[in-house]
Amino acid sequence: MATDEITVKAAGKRPEPRLTGSVGRRRPTLDRRYLPVLGTLVVLALMLIIGGARYENFLTGRVMANLLINNSFLIVLAVGMTFVILTGGIDLSVGAVVALSTCLSAWMFLHGWPAYVTIPAAVLVGTLIGWVIGVMVHVFEIQPFIATLAAMFLARGLCYVIAPESIPITDPTIVKLSETRWGTDNGLVITPSGLIALAVVVIAFVTLHYTRFGRTVYAIGGSEQSARLMGLPVARTKVLVYVISGTCAGLGGLLFAIFARSGYSLTGVGMELDAIAAVVIGGTLLTGGSGFVLGSVLGVLVLGLIQTIITFEGTLSSWWTKIVIGALLLIFVILQRLLIVRRR
Amino acid sequence: MTGLAQLTRHRLFWPIVALVVLLLASTLKSHTFLEITVRDGHLYGAPIDIVRRSSITLLVALGMTLVIATRGIDLSVGAVMAIAGAVTLTQIASSPDPGAISTVALAMLTGLAVCLAIGVFNGFLVAVLGIQPIIATLVIMTAGRGIAMLITGGQITTVTSAPYKTLASGYWLGLPVAALIAGFFFAAVAFVTRRTALGVLIESVGINPTASRLAGVRARTIIWTVYVLCALFACIAGFLQSSNIMAADSNNAGLFIELDAILAVVIGGTSLAGGKFSLTGTLVGVLVLTTLTLSITVLGIPVNAVSLFKALVVIVVCLLQSPVVQHKLRARRRQAAPVPVEVPA
Repeated sequence: MATDEITVKAAGKRPEPRLTGSVGRRRPTLDRRYLPVLGTLVVLALMLIIGGARYENFLTGRVMANLLINNSFLIVLAVGMTFVILTGGIDLSVGAVVALSTCLSAWMFLHGWPAYVTIPAAVLVGTLIGWVIGVMVHVFEIQPFIATLAAMFLARGLCYVIAPESIPITDPTIVKLSETRWGTDNGLVITPSGLIALAVVVIAFVTLHYTRFGRTVYAIGGSEQSARLMGLPVARTKVLVYVISGTCAGLGGLLFAIFARSGYSLTGVGMELDAIAAVVIGGTLLTGGSGFVLGSVLGVLVLGLIQTIITFEGTLSSWWTKIVIGALLLIFVILQRLLIVRRR
Repeated sequence: MTGLAQLTRHRLFWPIVALVVLLLASTLKSHTFLEITVRDGHLYGAPIDIVRRSSITLLVALGMTLVIATRGIDLSVGAVMAIAGAVTLTQIASSPDPGAISTVALAMLTGLAVCLAIGVFNGFLVAVLGIQPIIATLVIMTAGRGIAMLITGGQITTVTSAPYKTLASGYWLGLPVAALIAGFFFAAVAFVTRRTALGVLIESVGINPTASRLAGVRARTIIWTVYVLCALFACIAGFLQSSNIMAADSNNAGLFIELDAILAVVIGGTSLAGGKFSLTGTLVGVLVLTTLTLSITVLGIPVNAVSLFKALVVIVVCLLQSPVVQHKLRARRRQAAPVPVEVPA
C-alpha cells in the first residue's frame, strides 16, 4: 500500500507534456483538477501491470470484458451519484432503489406484464423516488443525508412488500438480453448491459461538460449561494440531480435484473457505499464542485479490479477486498486533501 | 392557547407525539402492552423490553449526538461494534478460563483499547487532516468489517462465559443490566456536557469552528475527543450486542446501526448542520425507533411491511420538523385568531 501511495503522488506531481495542449499552452504544467483522476488512472495501470505480471490469462480480453460487464450496474450507479456529489449532496438510496427496480420488474413479469411496459416502469420507479428525494431536499430543506436515508427505507420497504421471496425472471426479452453477447472468439465480448452502461457514461459526460445544466451542477457544488446570485436555476437543478441519480439507480436495477435474472428484496445492500467509494476514488470531491464522470468510471474499474485480483489470487480471503478498498479510500482522500491544501 | 402554541413549537413536540401515538395504538390493540409485572424478581413487560432493546442504539446515538453537534458524522460505528465483538470474543474464546471475571475484564479492556485506537484514527483524519467527516469515517466503515473478519478468521466466534452474558441478559435491582449501562453513560454524558462548559464548547465548535478557535476554544482537541468518545460508546454497544447473542458476527453486528443512530439524533431535533444538540431529544428519538419496531409486531402489521412503516413514520416526523412546515404551521396559527371575527357569517 505504501509504495502505491508514493507512486501515485510522484506520478501526480510529474508534469505530463502530452496532456498540456488541451489545458493551456502557456504553462507546461498539468491542470490541478486532473490530478486526482490521473492518480486513479495510475493506480488502475499499476494494478493491471501487477496482475498481468503475477497471473497468466490476466491481461486477456475475457477478463477485461468481464470487468466491464460484471460492473455495468455499478458504473451506471456511480455516474448518477457523481451528479449528486458534484452539487455537494449525497444519495444513500441507490442500493435500495436498485433492489426496488429489480423486484418491481420481476413482479410485473410474474403477473404477465409485457417487457415494453415493465422495462420503462423499472427505470421510472427510480426516477419517481429521485423526484421525491429532490422535493424533500429542496422544498422541505431536509438534509440530503436524511432525505435519501428515508428514501432508502421506503424503497427497501416496498421491496419486502412486492417480493418477500426471490422471484425468478423468465421473460424472453430479459433472457435474450442476458444471453446476447457480441464479440470476437478471443473473449473480447460486449453485452447489451455493458453497452447501456457505456451509453450512460457518454450521455452523462456530454451533459456535464457541454450543457448549461452541467455547468450549473458544477456551479452549485462550488458555491450554492453564488450560483443563486448569478441567477442560475438552483432549485430545478438540485431536484434534477436526484432525479438523475434515481433514474440511474432504476436503470442499474434493470441491468441487475438482466444480470441476476431474479428479483430479490435484499439485492444491493450496501451498494450505495460501493458507488460512493467509486466516486471518491475517481477523484470527485465530496464537498462538490470538482470531479469527473470518467473518474467515477475509473473508480468502479479499480473496485472491480481489486475483486478480480483477489479472485485470481485464490488464497486471499474475501475480506481483504473490504480492507483494500478502505485503504485505497484512505489514500485517495488524503491525497485529495493535500492537493486542496497546496492549491490554497 | 399560547401555552399550547409554545408546546407545539417545542422541537421535541412531534417526536413525543409520535411516541405517544405508537404506545397508545399498541395499548389499544393489546391491553396489557403497558403492563409491567414482576417475575423471578425481575421486571417484565413491553416497556422494560423497549428500554432494554434501546440500550445499544442509545449508546451509539449518544456518541453520534456529540459528533453531529461538532458538524461531523460518524459512519464507522457499526464496524467499530463488529471489531469490539470480534476482539473481545476471540480473546475470551482463546483463554483457558472463559468463565472467569478477570478474563472477561481483560478481554473487554483489549476491545476498548482497539476501539480507542480507531477513534483516535477517525479523529486524526477529521480534526488534524481536515478531511470531511462522512468520508473519513467511511474508510473504517468499509475496512472495519474486513478487519473484524480478519480477527475472527472469517468465522462467527461463539463463547460460553457467564460474566459476559450478564452484560446483555442480566438483571440488577430488577432492571436489565444493558439498560443500566446505557443509562449510566447517558447520565454521565448529560452531566459532563450540561454541568461543565464542555457542552457549550462543543456547540460553539459546531456553529463556527474558526470563530471558536479564534475565541480560544481548542476546536481541534474537542473534535478529536468526540470521535474518540463515539468510538468508545460504539465499543460498549458492541459488547452489549455480542453479549446478547454470545457470538461475534462480523458481517451483521451493528449493521446499519449508524443509520438508526443518525436518525434518532435527527428525530431528536439535533441538526446535522451542527451546533445545538439535545441529549434528551436523542433519547426520545431512540425510544421512538425502538417502540416503532416493537409496536409493529403488536399492531399486527405484516413483517414484510416493517421497513415501509418505519420509512413512512420517519418521513412524516422529518417533514413535520422541516423549516417550511414549521413556518406554515406557525403562520396558520397566527391567522387563526382573527378568522372568527372577520368571517362571522
